[in-house]
Amino acid sequence: MAATLVIVISLFMIIVAILKRGLPAMSWDMVSKIPGGGFYIGKEGGLLNAIVGSLYIVIGSISLGLAFSLPIVLYLNLYLPEKSRLAQFTRLSFDVLFGIPSIVYGAFGFTLMVYLGLRSSLLAGILTVTILIIPILIRSIDEVMRRVPKEMKDAALSLGATRSEIIKPILRQVAPGIVTAVLLSVGRGIGDAASVLFTAGYTDSIPTSLSQPVATLPLAIFFQLSSPIAEVQDRAYAAALILTVIVLLLSVAARIYSRKFSKNKI
Amino acid sequence: MIQNLLRVEQFVESPTEKLKVMREAQNQSNGDLILKAHKPHISVRNLNVYLSKNHILKNVSLDIPDKAITCIIGPSGCGKTTLLKTFNRLLQNSLDVRIEGDVLVDGENIHGKGVEVENIRKKMGLLSQRPCPLPMSIFDNIAYGPRIHGIRRKKTLNIMVEKYLKEAGLWDEVKDRLKSPATSLSIGQQQRLCLARGLAVKPEIILGDEATSALDPISSKKIEELFVKLKDQYSIVLVTHTLRQAKRIADHVVFMYLGEVVEAGSASEIFSNPKEKLTREYLDGYFS
Repeated sequence: MAATLVIVISLFMIIVAILKRGLPAMSWDMVSKIPGGGFYIGKEGGLLNAIVGSLYIVIGSISLGLAFSLPIVLYLNLYLPEKSRLAQFTRLSFDVLFGIPSIVYGAFGFTLMVYLGLRSSLLAGILTVTILIIPILIRSIDEVMRRVPKEMKDAALSLGATRSEIIKPILRQVAPGIVTAVLLSVGRGIGDAASVLFTAGYTDSIPTSLSQPVATLPLAIFFQLSSPIAEVQDRAYAAALILTVIVLLLSVAARIYSRKFSKNKI
Repeated sequence: MIQNLLRVEQFVESPTEKLKVMREAQNQSNGDLILKAHKPHISVRNLNVYLSKNHILKNVSLDIPDKAITCIIGPSGCGKTTLLKTFNRLLQNSLDVRIEGDVLVDGENIHGKGVEVENIRKKMGLLSQRPCPLPMSIFDNIAYGPRIHGIRRKKTLNIMVEKYLKEAGLWDEVKDRLKSPATSLSIGQQQRLCLARGLAVKPEIILGDEATSALDPISSKKIEELFVKLKDQYSIVLVTHTLRQAKRIADHVVFMYLGEVVEAGSASEIFSNPKEKLTREYLDGYFS
Protein backbone atom coordinates (compact mmCIF):
# COMPACT_ATOMS: atom_id res chain seq x y z
CA MET A 1 0.00 0.00 0.00
CA ALA A 2 2.74 2.43 1.01
CA ALA A 3 4.73 1.39 -2.05
CA THR A 4 1.77 2.08 -4.30
CA LEU A 5 1.42 5.46 -2.70
CA VAL A 6 5.08 6.31 -3.32
CA ILE A 7 4.75 5.34 -6.99
CA VAL A 8 1.52 7.24 -7.51
CA ILE A 9 2.90 10.32 -5.76
CA SER A 10 6.10 10.24 -7.84
CA LEU A 11 4.10 9.92 -11.05
CA PHE A 12 1.89 12.75 -9.92
CA MET A 13 4.87 14.95 -9.08
CA ILE A 14 6.54 14.31 -12.43
CA ILE A 15 3.36 15.23 -14.24
CA VAL A 16 2.92 18.37 -12.12
CA ALA A 17 6.51 19.45 -12.77
CA ILE A 18 6.17 18.97 -16.52
CA LEU A 19 2.82 20.70 -16.60
CA LYS A 20 3.92 23.60 -14.44
CA ARG A 21 6.83 24.58 -16.64
CA GLY A 22 5.72 23.09 -19.94
CA LEU A 23 2.16 24.27 -20.14
CA PRO A 24 2.94 28.02 -20.25
CA ALA A 25 5.35 27.37 -23.12
CA MET A 26 2.82 25.25 -24.97
CA SER A 27 1.04 26.72 -27.94
CA TRP A 28 -0.44 25.50 -31.16
CA ASP A 29 2.73 26.67 -32.89
CA MET A 30 4.74 24.31 -30.72
CA VAL A 31 3.15 21.21 -32.29
CA SER A 32 2.43 22.55 -35.76
CA LYS A 33 5.56 24.45 -36.80
CA ILE A 34 9.18 23.60 -37.32
CA PRO A 35 11.73 25.89 -35.65
CA GLY A 36 12.05 29.26 -37.27
CA GLY A 37 15.18 31.39 -37.19
CA GLY A 38 16.12 32.18 -33.62
CA PHE A 39 13.91 29.47 -32.13
CA TYR A 40 16.69 28.44 -29.83
CA ILE A 41 17.02 31.92 -28.38
CA GLY A 42 13.32 32.06 -27.64
CA LYS A 43 11.85 33.32 -30.91
CA GLU A 44 9.08 31.84 -33.04
CA GLY A 45 8.70 28.28 -34.30
CA GLY A 46 7.80 24.90 -32.90
CA LEU A 47 8.86 21.32 -32.36
CA LEU A 48 7.12 19.64 -35.28
CA ASN A 49 10.48 18.46 -36.62
CA ALA A 50 11.19 16.57 -33.40
CA ILE A 51 7.65 15.20 -33.06
CA VAL A 52 7.60 13.85 -36.61
CA GLY A 53 11.20 12.68 -36.30
CA SER A 54 10.48 10.72 -33.13
CA LEU A 55 7.41 9.14 -34.69
CA TYR A 56 9.38 8.21 -37.82
CA ILE A 57 12.08 6.59 -35.74
CA VAL A 58 9.65 4.72 -33.51
CA ILE A 59 7.43 3.48 -36.35
CA GLY A 60 10.45 2.44 -38.38
CA SER A 61 12.19 0.63 -35.59
CA ILE A 62 9.04 -1.09 -34.27
CA SER A 63 8.26 -2.45 -37.72
CA LEU A 64 11.82 -3.55 -38.27
CA GLY A 65 12.09 -4.86 -34.71
CA LEU A 66 8.93 -6.97 -35.03
CA ALA A 67 10.11 -8.32 -38.36
CA PHE A 68 13.18 -9.65 -36.58
CA SER A 69 11.76 -10.58 -33.18
CA LEU A 70 8.63 -12.49 -34.17
CA PRO A 71 10.47 -15.09 -36.25
CA ILE A 72 13.08 -15.47 -33.50
CA VAL A 73 10.45 -15.96 -30.79
CA LEU A 74 8.46 -18.39 -32.92
CA TYR A 75 11.62 -20.33 -33.63
CA LEU A 76 12.50 -20.45 -29.94
CA ASN A 77 9.06 -21.68 -28.96
CA LEU A 78 7.89 -23.86 -31.82
CA TYR A 79 10.88 -25.20 -33.63
CA LEU A 80 13.39 -25.78 -30.90
CA PRO A 81 12.58 -28.64 -28.53
CA GLU A 82 11.70 -27.85 -24.94
CA LYS A 83 14.72 -27.30 -22.71
CA SER A 84 16.94 -26.91 -25.74
CA ARG A 85 20.41 -25.58 -24.96
CA LEU A 86 20.30 -23.20 -27.90
CA ALA A 87 17.02 -21.71 -26.68
CA GLN A 88 18.37 -21.28 -23.16
CA PHE A 89 21.50 -19.63 -24.47
CA THR A 90 19.51 -17.32 -26.75
CA ARG A 91 17.26 -16.25 -23.89
CA LEU A 92 20.26 -15.55 -21.69
CA SER A 93 21.87 -13.48 -24.45
CA PHE A 94 18.77 -11.37 -24.87
CA ASP A 95 18.56 -10.88 -21.12
CA VAL A 96 22.09 -9.48 -21.20
CA LEU A 97 21.27 -7.27 -24.18
CA PHE A 98 18.19 -6.09 -22.31
CA GLY A 99 20.37 -4.68 -19.56
CA ILE A 100 22.91 -2.87 -21.69
CA PRO A 101 22.62 0.93 -21.33
CA SER A 102 21.39 2.72 -24.40
CA ILE A 103 24.48 4.91 -24.71
CA VAL A 104 26.37 1.72 -25.50
CA TYR A 105 23.88 0.98 -28.25
CA GLY A 106 24.38 4.53 -29.44
CA ALA A 107 28.15 4.06 -29.57
CA PHE A 108 27.71 0.69 -31.25
CA GLY A 109 25.29 2.20 -33.77
CA PHE A 110 27.79 4.95 -34.43
CA THR A 111 30.57 2.44 -35.12
CA LEU A 112 28.25 0.47 -37.36
CA MET A 113 27.29 3.68 -39.13
CA VAL A 114 30.88 4.63 -39.80
CA TYR A 115 31.60 1.09 -40.97
CA LEU A 116 28.66 1.16 -43.38
CA GLY A 117 29.61 4.63 -44.56
CA LEU A 118 26.38 6.18 -43.33
CA ARG A 119 26.09 9.68 -41.95
CA SER A 120 23.89 10.76 -39.10
CA SER A 121 20.54 9.95 -40.59
CA LEU A 122 17.03 8.68 -40.07
CA LEU A 123 18.16 5.24 -41.25
CA ALA A 124 21.03 5.08 -38.77
CA GLY A 125 18.69 6.23 -36.01
CA ILE A 126 16.09 3.62 -36.89
CA LEU A 127 18.71 0.86 -37.02
CA THR A 128 20.15 1.78 -33.64
CA VAL A 129 16.79 2.05 -31.91
CA THR A 130 15.81 -1.27 -33.54
CA ILE A 131 18.83 -2.94 -31.98
CA LEU A 132 17.91 -1.30 -28.69
CA ILE A 133 14.33 -2.56 -28.64
CA ILE A 134 14.77 -6.04 -30.13
CA PRO A 135 15.74 -7.56 -26.74
CA ILE A 136 12.67 -5.92 -25.16
CA LEU A 137 10.37 -7.19 -27.88
CA ILE A 138 11.84 -10.68 -27.85
CA ARG A 139 11.91 -11.17 -24.10
CA SER A 140 8.42 -9.87 -23.51
CA ILE A 141 6.79 -11.69 -26.43
CA ASP A 142 8.72 -14.82 -25.47
CA GLU A 143 7.33 -14.68 -21.95
CA VAL A 144 3.73 -14.69 -23.15
CA MET A 145 4.40 -17.26 -25.83
CA ARG A 146 5.84 -19.66 -23.30
CA ARG A 147 2.59 -19.40 -21.40
CA VAL A 148 0.53 -20.60 -24.35
CA PRO A 149 -0.95 -23.86 -23.07
CA LYS A 150 0.75 -26.92 -24.49
CA GLU A 151 -2.69 -28.46 -24.95
CA MET A 152 -3.53 -25.73 -27.41
CA LYS A 153 -0.53 -26.52 -29.56
CA ASP A 154 -1.30 -30.23 -29.27
CA ALA A 155 -4.91 -29.61 -30.22
CA ALA A 156 -3.91 -27.77 -33.37
CA LEU A 157 -1.18 -30.26 -34.21
CA SER A 158 -3.49 -33.22 -33.77
CA LEU A 159 -5.78 -31.77 -36.40
CA GLY A 160 -2.94 -32.34 -38.80
CA ALA A 161 -1.52 -28.84 -38.74
CA THR A 162 2.13 -28.38 -39.54
CA ARG A 163 4.29 -26.32 -37.25
CA SER A 164 3.98 -23.30 -39.49
CA GLU A 165 0.21 -23.70 -39.56
CA ILE A 166 -0.14 -23.49 -35.80
CA ILE A 167 1.52 -20.07 -35.83
CA LYS A 168 -1.76 -18.36 -36.63
CA PRO A 169 -3.74 -19.54 -33.59
CA ILE A 170 -0.71 -18.99 -31.38
CA LEU A 171 -0.30 -15.42 -32.58
CA ARG A 172 -3.96 -14.82 -31.90
CA GLN A 173 -3.48 -16.10 -28.39
CA VAL A 174 -0.46 -13.90 -27.73
CA ALA A 175 -1.73 -10.81 -29.57
CA PRO A 176 -2.37 -8.84 -26.37
CA GLY A 177 1.14 -9.76 -25.23
CA ILE A 178 2.58 -8.47 -28.48
CA VAL A 179 0.70 -5.21 -27.99
CA THR A 180 2.20 -4.85 -24.51
CA ALA A 181 5.66 -5.64 -25.85
CA VAL A 182 5.26 -3.03 -28.57
CA LEU A 183 4.10 -0.50 -25.98
CA LEU A 184 7.12 -1.14 -23.80
CA SER A 185 9.40 -0.74 -26.79
CA VAL A 186 7.67 2.42 -27.97
CA GLY A 187 8.14 3.87 -24.51
CA ARG A 188 11.79 2.99 -24.51
CA GLY A 189 12.44 3.88 -28.14
CA ILE A 190 10.65 7.22 -28.25
CA GLY A 191 12.13 8.45 -25.02
CA ASP A 192 15.69 7.38 -25.52
CA ALA A 193 18.15 10.17 -26.16
CA ALA A 194 21.45 8.36 -25.88
CA SER A 195 20.97 5.95 -28.74
CA VAL A 196 20.00 8.64 -31.23
CA LEU A 197 22.51 11.22 -30.05
CA PHE A 198 25.30 10.11 -32.39
CA THR A 199 23.25 8.30 -34.95
CA ALA A 200 20.19 10.31 -35.90
CA GLY A 201 21.75 13.74 -35.63
CA TYR A 202 19.53 16.77 -35.25
CA THR A 203 17.96 19.06 -37.74
CA ASP A 204 15.39 21.81 -37.88
CA SER A 205 13.62 20.38 -40.88
CA ILE A 206 11.52 17.27 -41.37
CA PRO A 207 13.54 14.64 -43.24
CA THR A 208 12.29 13.64 -46.67
CA SER A 209 14.51 10.61 -47.09
CA LEU A 210 16.15 7.95 -44.96
CA SER A 211 19.58 9.41 -45.50
CA GLN A 212 18.80 12.80 -43.97
CA PRO A 213 19.39 13.56 -40.32
CA VAL A 214 16.37 13.74 -38.09
CA ALA A 215 15.39 15.54 -34.90
CA THR A 216 13.92 13.68 -31.95
CA LEU A 217 11.96 14.80 -28.90
CA PRO A 218 14.43 13.53 -26.28
CA LEU A 219 17.22 15.45 -27.96
CA ALA A 220 14.98 18.49 -28.26
CA ILE A 221 14.56 18.31 -24.50
CA PHE A 222 18.27 17.75 -23.98
CA PHE A 223 19.45 20.64 -26.15
CA GLN A 224 16.89 23.15 -24.94
CA LEU A 225 17.37 22.28 -21.31
CA SER A 226 21.09 23.01 -21.69
CA SER A 227 20.27 26.52 -22.81
CA PRO A 228 20.82 29.39 -20.35
CA ILE A 229 17.65 31.15 -21.51
CA ALA A 230 14.68 30.43 -19.23
CA GLU A 231 12.18 30.60 -22.08
CA VAL A 232 14.02 27.95 -24.02
CA GLN A 233 14.25 25.78 -20.93
CA ASP A 234 10.48 25.97 -20.60
CA ARG A 235 10.19 24.77 -24.16
CA ALA A 236 12.12 21.68 -23.09
CA TYR A 237 9.33 20.99 -20.64
CA ALA A 238 6.83 21.55 -23.41
CA ALA A 239 8.67 18.93 -25.45
CA ALA A 240 8.56 16.60 -22.46
CA LEU A 241 4.84 17.21 -22.19
CA ILE A 242 4.34 16.38 -25.86
CA LEU A 243 6.41 13.21 -25.43
CA THR A 244 4.35 12.14 -22.43
CA VAL A 245 1.08 12.81 -24.21
CA ILE A 246 2.19 10.81 -27.25
CA VAL A 247 3.10 7.82 -25.09
CA LEU A 248 -0.15 8.15 -23.19
CA LEU A 249 -2.25 8.29 -26.35
CA LEU A 250 -0.44 5.31 -27.82
CA SER A 251 -1.01 3.32 -24.63
CA VAL A 252 -4.70 4.05 -24.53
CA ALA A 253 -5.13 3.28 -28.22
CA ALA A 254 -3.18 0.05 -27.86
CA ARG A 255 -5.25 -1.04 -24.87
CA ILE A 256 -8.50 -0.47 -26.73
CA TYR A 257 -7.20 -2.24 -29.79
CA SER A 258 -5.82 -5.10 -27.75
CA ARG A 259 -9.12 -5.67 -25.97
CA LYS A 260 -10.87 -5.91 -29.29
CA PHE A 261 -8.20 -8.27 -30.51
CA SER A 262 -8.18 -10.54 -27.51
CA LYS A 263 -11.86 -11.38 -27.29
CA ASN A 264 -11.15 -14.89 -28.53
CA LYS A 265 -8.24 -15.49 -26.18
CA ILE A 266 -8.60 -18.64 -24.13
CA MET B 1 -24.86 -71.76 -26.58
CA ILE B 2 -27.36 -74.47 -27.37
CA GLN B 3 -30.04 -72.36 -25.79
CA ASN B 4 -29.06 -69.44 -28.00
CA LEU B 5 -29.25 -71.56 -31.09
CA LEU B 6 -32.63 -72.89 -30.09
CA ARG B 7 -33.87 -69.35 -29.79
CA VAL B 8 -32.55 -68.64 -33.23
CA GLU B 9 -34.59 -71.55 -34.59
CA GLN B 10 -37.71 -70.16 -33.03
CA PHE B 11 -37.56 -66.51 -34.01
CA VAL B 12 -35.72 -66.13 -37.25
CA GLU B 13 -37.31 -67.10 -40.51
CA SER B 14 -34.98 -66.32 -43.41
CA PRO B 15 -31.86 -68.50 -43.75
CA THR B 16 -29.40 -65.63 -44.24
CA GLU B 17 -30.78 -63.80 -41.25
CA LYS B 18 -30.53 -67.02 -39.30
CA LEU B 19 -26.86 -67.38 -40.18
CA LYS B 20 -26.15 -63.83 -39.04
CA VAL B 21 -27.89 -64.23 -35.73
CA MET B 22 -26.22 -67.58 -35.19
CA ARG B 23 -22.83 -66.00 -35.69
CA GLU B 24 -23.66 -63.27 -33.26
CA ALA B 25 -24.75 -65.81 -30.69
CA GLN B 26 -21.54 -67.66 -31.24
CA ASN B 27 -19.54 -64.51 -30.86
CA GLN B 28 -21.22 -63.60 -27.64
CA SER B 29 -20.21 -66.87 -26.12
CA ASN B 30 -16.61 -66.40 -27.09
CA GLY B 31 -14.89 -63.06 -26.63
CA ASP B 32 -11.87 -63.93 -28.74
CA LEU B 33 -14.04 -64.36 -31.77
CA ILE B 34 -15.29 -60.80 -31.50
CA LEU B 35 -11.72 -59.55 -31.48
CA LYS B 36 -11.10 -61.44 -34.68
CA ALA B 37 -14.36 -60.29 -36.24
CA HIS B 38 -13.20 -56.67 -35.93
CA LYS B 39 -10.05 -56.30 -37.93
CA PRO B 40 -7.45 -54.31 -36.03
CA HIS B 41 -7.24 -50.65 -36.91
CA ILE B 42 -4.19 -49.89 -34.85
CA SER B 43 -1.67 -52.62 -34.09
CA VAL B 44 1.03 -52.06 -31.57
CA ARG B 45 3.98 -54.42 -31.65
CA ASN B 46 6.65 -54.56 -28.93
CA LEU B 47 6.39 -50.87 -28.20
CA ASN B 48 8.87 -49.45 -25.73
CA VAL B 49 8.84 -45.80 -24.80
CA TYR B 50 11.44 -44.05 -22.69
CA LEU B 51 11.04 -40.53 -21.37
CA SER B 52 14.52 -39.36 -20.47
CA LYS B 53 15.63 -42.35 -18.37
CA ASN B 54 12.23 -43.67 -17.37
CA HIS B 55 10.92 -46.73 -19.11
CA ILE B 56 7.29 -45.70 -19.52
CA LEU B 57 5.85 -48.32 -21.85
CA LYS B 58 7.25 -51.81 -21.55
CA ASN B 59 6.98 -54.08 -24.52
CA VAL B 60 3.38 -53.25 -25.30
CA SER B 61 1.66 -55.33 -27.97
CA LEU B 62 -1.95 -54.64 -28.65
CA ASP B 63 -4.66 -54.55 -31.29
CA ILE B 64 -7.21 -51.77 -31.37
CA PRO B 65 -10.25 -53.08 -33.23
CA ASP B 66 -11.95 -51.19 -36.01
CA LYS B 67 -15.30 -49.43 -35.45
CA ALA B 68 -15.63 -50.15 -31.76
CA ILE B 69 -14.93 -48.47 -28.46
CA THR B 70 -11.74 -49.58 -26.79
CA CYS B 71 -11.20 -48.36 -23.26
CA ILE B 72 -7.73 -48.30 -21.78
CA ILE B 73 -8.03 -48.56 -18.02
CA GLY B 74 -5.48 -48.67 -15.26
CA PRO B 75 -4.21 -46.72 -12.29
CA SER B 76 -2.62 -43.26 -12.68
CA GLY B 77 0.85 -43.19 -14.11
CA CYS B 78 0.58 -46.55 -15.81
CA GLY B 79 1.29 -45.14 -19.26
CA LYS B 80 -2.23 -44.91 -20.67
CA THR B 81 -1.86 -41.34 -21.92
CA THR B 82 1.65 -41.99 -23.19
CA LEU B 83 0.31 -44.89 -25.23
CA LEU B 84 -2.43 -42.70 -26.65
CA LYS B 85 0.00 -39.94 -27.55
CA THR B 86 2.25 -42.42 -29.30
CA PHE B 87 -0.60 -43.21 -31.66
CA ASN B 88 -0.65 -39.74 -33.18
CA ARG B 89 3.04 -39.05 -32.62
CA LEU B 90 2.43 -36.13 -30.30
CA LEU B 91 4.96 -37.53 -27.90
CA GLN B 92 7.84 -36.74 -30.18
CA ASN B 93 7.47 -33.03 -29.57
CA SER B 94 9.28 -33.33 -26.29
CA LEU B 95 12.96 -33.86 -25.98
CA ASP B 96 14.44 -37.04 -24.52
CA VAL B 97 11.85 -39.39 -25.94
CA ARG B 98 12.94 -42.71 -27.31
CA ILE B 99 10.41 -44.91 -29.04
CA GLU B 100 11.14 -48.48 -30.06
CA GLY B 101 8.82 -50.93 -31.72
CA ASP B 102 6.06 -50.56 -34.25
CA VAL B 103 2.71 -48.86 -34.30
CA LEU B 104 0.76 -49.83 -37.39
CA VAL B 105 -2.27 -47.85 -38.45
CA ASP B 106 -4.13 -49.57 -41.29
CA GLY B 107 -1.05 -51.75 -41.63
CA GLU B 108 1.27 -48.78 -42.13
CA ASN B 109 4.04 -48.11 -39.65
CA ILE B 110 3.56 -44.57 -38.38
CA HIS B 111 7.24 -44.24 -37.56
CA GLY B 112 8.24 -45.47 -40.99
CA LYS B 113 10.32 -43.48 -43.43
CA GLY B 114 8.45 -41.13 -45.70
CA VAL B 115 5.40 -41.12 -43.46
CA GLU B 116 4.13 -37.61 -43.03
CA VAL B 117 3.22 -36.97 -39.44
CA GLU B 118 0.42 -34.59 -40.48
CA ASN B 119 -1.30 -37.40 -42.37
CA ILE B 120 -1.11 -39.68 -39.35
CA ARG B 121 -2.55 -37.00 -37.10
CA LYS B 122 -5.26 -36.15 -39.58
CA LYS B 123 -6.48 -39.73 -39.27
CA MET B 124 -7.04 -39.30 -35.54
CA GLY B 125 -9.14 -36.79 -33.70
CA LEU B 126 -7.78 -36.09 -30.22
CA LEU B 127 -10.01 -35.12 -27.34
CA SER B 128 -7.96 -33.99 -24.39
CA GLN B 129 -8.74 -34.05 -20.71
CA ARG B 130 -9.70 -30.42 -20.57
CA PRO B 131 -11.40 -29.01 -23.62
CA CYS B 132 -8.94 -26.82 -25.43
CA PRO B 133 -10.62 -24.57 -27.97
CA LEU B 134 -8.42 -22.50 -30.24
CA PRO B 135 -8.48 -18.73 -29.63
CA MET B 136 -11.05 -18.14 -32.34
CA SER B 137 -14.79 -18.01 -32.87
CA ILE B 138 -16.93 -21.13 -32.69
CA PHE B 139 -17.14 -21.21 -36.47
CA ASP B 140 -13.41 -20.77 -36.98
CA ASN B 141 -12.64 -23.52 -34.50
CA ILE B 142 -14.49 -26.05 -36.62
CA ALA B 143 -13.26 -24.55 -39.87
CA TYR B 144 -9.62 -24.51 -38.73
CA GLY B 145 -8.99 -28.14 -39.66
CA PRO B 146 -10.67 -28.07 -43.07
CA ARG B 147 -8.93 -24.76 -43.82
CA ILE B 148 -5.44 -26.06 -43.16
CA HIS B 149 -6.24 -29.03 -45.36
CA GLY B 150 -7.04 -26.73 -48.23
CA ILE B 151 -10.78 -26.07 -48.09
CA ARG B 152 -11.29 -22.36 -48.68
CA ARG B 153 -14.76 -22.02 -50.15
CA LYS B 154 -17.04 -20.26 -47.71
CA LYS B 155 -20.04 -22.30 -48.81
CA THR B 156 -18.33 -25.64 -48.26
CA LEU B 157 -17.06 -24.49 -44.89
CA ASN B 158 -20.55 -23.40 -43.86
CA ILE B 159 -21.94 -26.81 -44.73
CA MET B 160 -19.12 -28.61 -42.93
CA VAL B 161 -19.40 -26.52 -39.78
CA GLU B 162 -23.11 -27.19 -39.58
CA LYS B 163 -22.70 -30.90 -40.29
CA TYR B 164 -20.07 -31.54 -37.64
CA LEU B 165 -21.69 -29.33 -35.03
CA LYS B 166 -24.84 -31.39 -35.56
CA GLU B 167 -22.86 -34.59 -35.34
CA ALA B 168 -21.48 -33.47 -32.00
CA GLY B 169 -24.95 -32.44 -30.85
CA LEU B 170 -24.02 -28.80 -30.43
CA TRP B 171 -25.66 -27.14 -33.43
CA ASP B 172 -28.93 -26.20 -31.78
CA GLU B 173 -27.14 -24.59 -28.87
CA VAL B 174 -24.75 -22.46 -30.92
CA LYS B 175 -26.32 -21.88 -34.32
CA ASP B 176 -27.21 -18.27 -33.47
CA ARG B 177 -23.79 -17.34 -32.19
CA LEU B 178 -21.25 -18.97 -34.43
CA LYS B 179 -19.19 -15.79 -34.42
CA SER B 180 -18.82 -15.56 -30.67
CA PRO B 181 -15.60 -16.70 -29.03
CA ALA B 182 -15.33 -20.41 -28.32
CA THR B 183 -14.56 -19.58 -24.72
CA SER B 184 -18.05 -18.19 -24.25
CA LEU B 185 -19.30 -21.78 -24.21
CA SER B 186 -19.58 -23.88 -21.07
CA ILE B 187 -16.91 -26.51 -20.45
CA GLY B 188 -19.22 -29.31 -21.58
CA GLN B 189 -20.10 -27.44 -24.74
CA GLN B 190 -16.44 -26.70 -25.35
CA GLN B 191 -15.64 -30.39 -25.20
CA ARG B 192 -18.33 -31.14 -27.77
CA LEU B 193 -16.92 -28.29 -29.86
CA CYS B 194 -13.52 -29.93 -29.68
CA LEU B 195 -15.08 -33.22 -30.74
CA ALA B 196 -16.77 -31.52 -33.70
CA ARG B 197 -13.49 -29.82 -34.56
CA GLY B 198 -11.76 -33.18 -34.56
CA LEU B 199 -14.47 -34.78 -36.68
CA ALA B 200 -14.22 -31.98 -39.24
CA VAL B 201 -10.85 -33.25 -40.49
CA LYS B 202 -12.58 -36.56 -41.29
CA PRO B 203 -10.56 -38.84 -39.06
CA GLU B 204 -10.95 -42.60 -38.85
CA ILE B 205 -10.02 -42.86 -35.22
CA ILE B 206 -11.04 -40.82 -32.19
CA LEU B 207 -8.61 -40.70 -29.29
CA GLY B 208 -10.01 -39.58 -25.98
CA ASP B 209 -7.65 -38.81 -23.12
CA GLU B 210 -9.95 -38.89 -20.10
CA ALA B 211 -12.23 -36.79 -22.22
CA THR B 212 -14.98 -36.52 -19.64
CA SER B 213 -13.00 -36.17 -16.43
CA ALA B 214 -13.27 -32.38 -16.30
CA LEU B 215 -16.96 -32.33 -17.13
CA ASP B 216 -20.13 -32.33 -15.08
CA PRO B 217 -22.20 -35.55 -15.06
CA ILE B 218 -24.69 -34.35 -17.65
CA SER B 219 -22.04 -33.21 -20.09
CA SER B 220 -20.13 -36.45 -19.52
CA LYS B 221 -23.24 -38.39 -20.33
CA LYS B 222 -23.71 -36.43 -23.54
CA ILE B 223 -20.14 -37.12 -24.60
CA GLU B 224 -20.52 -40.82 -23.77
CA GLU B 225 -23.70 -41.02 -25.81
CA LEU B 226 -21.88 -39.36 -28.68
CA PHE B 227 -19.12 -41.95 -28.51
CA VAL B 228 -21.65 -44.76 -28.65
CA LYS B 229 -23.37 -43.10 -31.59
CA LEU B 230 -20.10 -42.51 -33.42
CA LYS B 231 -18.62 -45.96 -33.02
CA ASP B 232 -20.30 -47.19 -36.19
CA GLN B 233 -18.17 -44.78 -38.18
CA TYR B 234 -15.01 -44.42 -36.15
CA SER B 235 -12.65 -46.54 -34.12
CA ILE B 236 -12.66 -44.99 -30.69
CA VAL B 237 -9.88 -45.32 -28.14
CA LEU B 238 -10.57 -43.89 -24.71
CA VAL B 239 -8.27 -43.57 -21.79
CA THR B 240 -10.43 -43.52 -18.72
CA HIS B 241 -10.10 -43.41 -15.00
CA THR B 242 -13.72 -44.20 -14.34
CA LEU B 243 -14.37 -47.89 -14.37
CA ARG B 244 -18.08 -47.27 -14.52
CA GLN B 245 -17.65 -45.37 -17.74
CA ALA B 246 -15.70 -48.24 -19.26
CA LYS B 247 -18.40 -50.64 -18.14
CA ARG B 248 -21.08 -48.49 -19.73
CA ILE B 249 -19.60 -47.96 -23.15
CA ALA B 250 -16.59 -50.17 -23.81
CA ASP B 251 -16.63 -52.96 -26.38
CA HIS B 252 -13.05 -53.82 -25.64
CA VAL B 253 -10.93 -53.19 -22.62
CA VAL B 254 -7.20 -52.93 -22.18
CA PHE B 255 -5.92 -53.03 -18.62
CA MET B 256 -2.51 -51.51 -18.08
CA TYR B 257 -0.35 -51.52 -15.01
CA LEU B 258 3.08 -49.90 -14.60
CA GLY B 259 3.62 -49.56 -18.31
CA GLU B 260 2.60 -53.04 -19.27
CA VAL B 261 -0.56 -54.43 -20.77
CA VAL B 262 -1.84 -56.90 -18.22
CA GLU B 263 -4.93 -58.00 -20.01
CA ALA B 264 -6.87 -57.11 -23.13
CA GLY B 265 -10.06 -58.48 -24.50
CA SER B 266 -13.76 -57.94 -24.94
CA ALA B 267 -15.42 -55.84 -22.29
CA SER B 268 -17.90 -58.51 -21.25
CA GLU B 269 -15.13 -61.01 -20.76
CA ILE B 270 -12.81 -58.78 -18.77
CA PHE B 271 -15.49 -57.35 -16.55
CA SER B 272 -17.22 -60.64 -15.83
CA ASN B 273 -14.34 -63.02 -15.90
CA PRO B 274 -10.87 -61.47 -15.78
CA LYS B 275 -8.08 -63.94 -16.32
CA GLU B 276 -5.39 -62.11 -14.39
CA LYS B 277 -5.40 -61.69 -10.65
CA LEU B 278 -4.19 -58.08 -10.99
CA THR B 279 -7.10 -57.18 -13.24
CA ARG B 280 -9.57 -58.69 -10.80
CA GLU B 281 -8.03 -56.74 -7.92
CA TYR B 282 -8.20 -53.51 -9.88
CA LEU B 283 -11.78 -54.09 -10.89
CA ASP B 284 -12.71 -54.92 -7.32
CA GLY B 285 -11.18 -51.66 -6.21
CA TYR B 286 -8.26 -52.99 -4.20
CA PHE B 287 -6.15 -50.28 -5.79
CA SER B 288 -6.83 -47.44 -8.15
